[in-house]
Amino acid sequence: MTTNPNPQSGSPDKEPASEAQAAQNALGNTERAETATLPGRPQPESEPKPSLGRMFLDNLWAANTFTVTLLSLVLAIVVGAVLMIISDPTVLSTYSYITSRPSDAINSSWTLVSEAYANLFKGSVFDPEAFSAWVNGTGGWQAVLAPISETLTYAAPLIFTGLSVALAFRGGLFNIGAQGQATIGVIMAALAGFLLPLPPGLHLLVAVLAGALGGAIWGFIPGILKARAGAHEVINTIMLNYVATYFLTWLIVQNGVQDPTRTDAISKAVDSSAQLPRLLGGDLRVHAGILLAVLATWAVAWLLNRSTLGFELRAVGANPDAARTAGISVTRTYILIMVFAGILAGLGGSNMVLGSTASALTPLVVAQIGFDGILVALLGRVKPWGVLLAALLFGALQAGGNRMQSYSGISLELVTVLQALIVIFIAAPALVKAIFQLRAARAARLQTSLAKGW
Amino acid sequence: MEPGEIHALLGENGAGKSTLMNVLYGLYQPDEGEILVDGKPLKLKGPSDAIGAGIGMVHQHFMLVPVFTVTENIMLGAEQVRGGIAGFLDRRRARREVAEVSERYNLRVDPDAVIEDLPVGIQQRVEIVKALTRDVDLLILDEPTAVLTPQETEELLTVMRSLKAAGKSIVFITHKLGEVKAIADRITVIRRGKTVGTASPEASRDELAALMVGRNVRLTVDKAPATPGEPVLEVAGLVVDDDRQIRAVDGIDLTVRAGEVLGVAGVQGNGQTELIEAIMGLRPVLAGTVSLAGDRIDGWKPKKVLRAGVGYVPEDRSVDGLVKEFSVAENLVLDIYDRPPFGSGLALKPDAIAASAKERIEQFDVRTSSADTAVGTLSGGNQQKVIVARELSRPLKLFIAAQPTRGVDVGSIEFIHSQIIRERDIGTAVLVVSSELDEVIGLADRIAVMYRGRIIGIVGPDTPREEIGLLMAGISPDAAHEATAATGEGPANADGSASEDEA
Repeated sequence: MTTNPNPQSGSPDKEPASEAQAAQNALGNTERAETATLPGRPQPESEPKPSLGRMFLDNLWAANTFTVTLLSLVLAIVVGAVLMIISDPTVLSTYSYITSRPSDAINSSWTLVSEAYANLFKGSVFDPEAFSAWVNGTGGWQAVLAPISETLTYAAPLIFTGLSVALAFRGGLFNIGAQGQATIGVIMAALAGFLLPLPPGLHLLVAVLAGALGGAIWGFIPGILKARAGAHEVINTIMLNYVATYFLTWLIVQNGVQDPTRTDAISKAVDSSAQLPRLLGGDLRVHAGILLAVLATWAVAWLLNRSTLGFELRAVGANPDAARTAGISVTRTYILIMVFAGILAGLGGSNMVLGSTASALTPLVVAQIGFDGILVALLGRVKPWGVLLAALLFGALQAGGNRMQSYSGISLELVTVLQALIVIFIAAPALVKAIFQLRAARAARLQTSLAKGW
Repeated sequence: MEPGEIHALLGENGAGKSTLMNVLYGLYQPDEGEILVDGKPLKLKGPSDAIGAGIGMVHQHFMLVPVFTVTENIMLGAEQVRGGIAGFLDRRRARREVAEVSERYNLRVDPDAVIEDLPVGIQQRVEIVKALTRDVDLLILDEPTAVLTPQETEELLTVMRSLKAAGKSIVFITHKLGEVKAIADRITVIRRGKTVGTASPEASRDELAALMVGRNVRLTVDKAPATPGEPVLEVAGLVVDDDRQIRAVDGIDLTVRAGEVLGVAGVQGNGQTELIEAIMGLRPVLAGTVSLAGDRIDGWKPKKVLRAGVGYVPEDRSVDGLVKEFSVAENLVLDIYDRPPFGSGLALKPDAIAASAKERIEQFDVRTSSADTAVGTLSGGNQQKVIVARELSRPLKLFIAAQPTRGVDVGSIEFIHSQIIRERDIGTAVLVVSSELDEVIGLADRIAVMYRGRIIGIVGPDTPREEIGLLMAGISPDAAHEATAATGEGPANADGSASEDEA
């Protein structure tokens, strides 16, 4: 690192001081570098000030967080394409005579991959055919909004679990237990949903809060074990995941919980009075959970950046010794962090049974939202608004994956592989940098948040 | 270095001894200068080069795998294999070699013992055997006695003598005068990264102490005579353990009055750290009392102590004083973020924090490009100013500054000193702990010298520094004459308390 006229950009991991900046940060360092050149900031170097456009271009191809995230996506898509080709026998067979007729291999590969990704896009964001059908009057507006609705439905619980992991991470704790916390959350929410005879409105509120409470309890246990006994939260949260999963499996088939009309493992359905209202009518699955998720994102961002509690949390996460010396109770903070993380994961769990995904408990009702939450948090660089964007991306991948499976015959599991690849690439910025020959960022401090906490 | 010589490297903590030896062992690269071995310059890219050149090192913190046996640890990095490409470990041969080496140099170790079961003294012996099996001619011992009991120290000295007899050269790093006089053939004293003198072991302790604490550099602090008022801090019969549950503070009585600076002098690791941590509520008080302006504060949480009007500059700013990832502004409110005007209820007031940061950056001359800069990017002096600014910008009854100018440039030292005196002059009781004797003499109105967890003397600031130096080495004024007359096995030899910070 030779000259750094812009020390502000030297700390990509530092939390911005304001909401506006936080949102901007989610877009990466590019913008920040620009804001830092605004007047009023002393420039230690006397070299001529580069224009904003110049700075933007410089930073775009520098190895900052934004560029690396974007290129990780590109790399994951490329690797995904290779996997599609390999796993399709017809396309693969064209490669046996590639030397004589290369056009066959190239054309069939291109058709396969482009159609698959087109379907991924149509299933998650926008389907032009549905749009033209609506314009011609042959289709309804619902079909136009369906992809977005699906994306938001999948994204909502991931936002909660992603925030759960991110919040704990900022406090120096690695919460692997979002899955277990979501499981207990889903149990409590469902029980409140079909056992309590309450009026509409109140019933929903109680069910949501019950889910939060369940998560809070499941977060409190590893929190207090860490604070009082020094037990490592990674081990304990993993173990509690098992306990939660098998407790759910056991609970479903108990009298009073299991659906009396069924013999398989499924509980009674949540009363309609406790279900999150659908936002765009009964045909589209998007429900009020996404609104709660955005609210939660805002709340977590406020908590982290604008509250005394968040200050303590960040201080403990960054340097527990200094926090303790400054009079902050590290043990109390650890417990609080895990309780808050649990609440968020529990809310994510509630979404799975109170929303449109399911209305009854089954052994797989929470799917993988807890574990996906870890990926979402890392992809979102453990910043609240970043988590929101990352969860939207993952939600879109899952929504689009469904269509990709039914239209292009590409297995839904490929989406999981894509998600994993994206995170692997952002976790290895040096690899991405090497592949794309990026210049070292001005900040020259490209580091991943993954290594911390261990 | 001559063959068969024991060369002692003497200096205070942070003087640069360990750094020098790490360069010699290839762990750090020199910025300038070169190392000569047998008259030839040596380029060391890493420890393996150093071992190849016949240099072995025993670190202050042992580099052993706790769950391996002695033999396995000694094999590590130089594994003997048999069976060609199959590469079976030849444990038997390694074991024989260990037994042979320990026999030859009279270093008794059980080759099959597991490291974690062994006492510290034996672990160290394993380290020495490990170095010797690599056929080294020069052995560096970095503060080897810091972790040893007096008996173990005595055994180590015996081992060193037998190694010397076998023609090995030893560099012996320490800050304990007694050991040096007992074993060294030649003594080099290092201070602030420079060689300040060479001495023979016949030199008196006074001379060595003076060389070590340095009489040339005297930082004077302009100040008027103190006007001490009521006692603010009263410590009585305080007993505190360190992290390893070893007694670190052993019955200390101390009074600091309003408007005076009490300086605590002493070689690092004699209980100063534990004393102030106990006062701050960061370390449990096992016996005795701590009172602040009449209130018992022992057993209080750190937050309550801080709230009661105590300002605290911890000795290790990067560990305990600052959150490096936080901005300057955030660090300036690290212990008052939840008090008005910076926080009310659950909400922080970023505007108030920013405004006050701006003011204090100005007032305390913190050189930073902005208040939002991460504090970790600032120089050591400016980081320290951030801490001092934070602690001095609220009304205090007591101000505790531990090593307030360690690793700080001269300009900042002057500024920090003047701020400490300013705080004294407005009637705050000030407790300064420093292993820099100059600093203590310059700042203090009274000087308490700590040695092995006790205060062995309280003297005025005009006391000759040689006398204070002797006190720091554990020689009380009455015993001074006797001890200097005695040959070498002085009380400093029995120095059991350890210093751990010289990493």
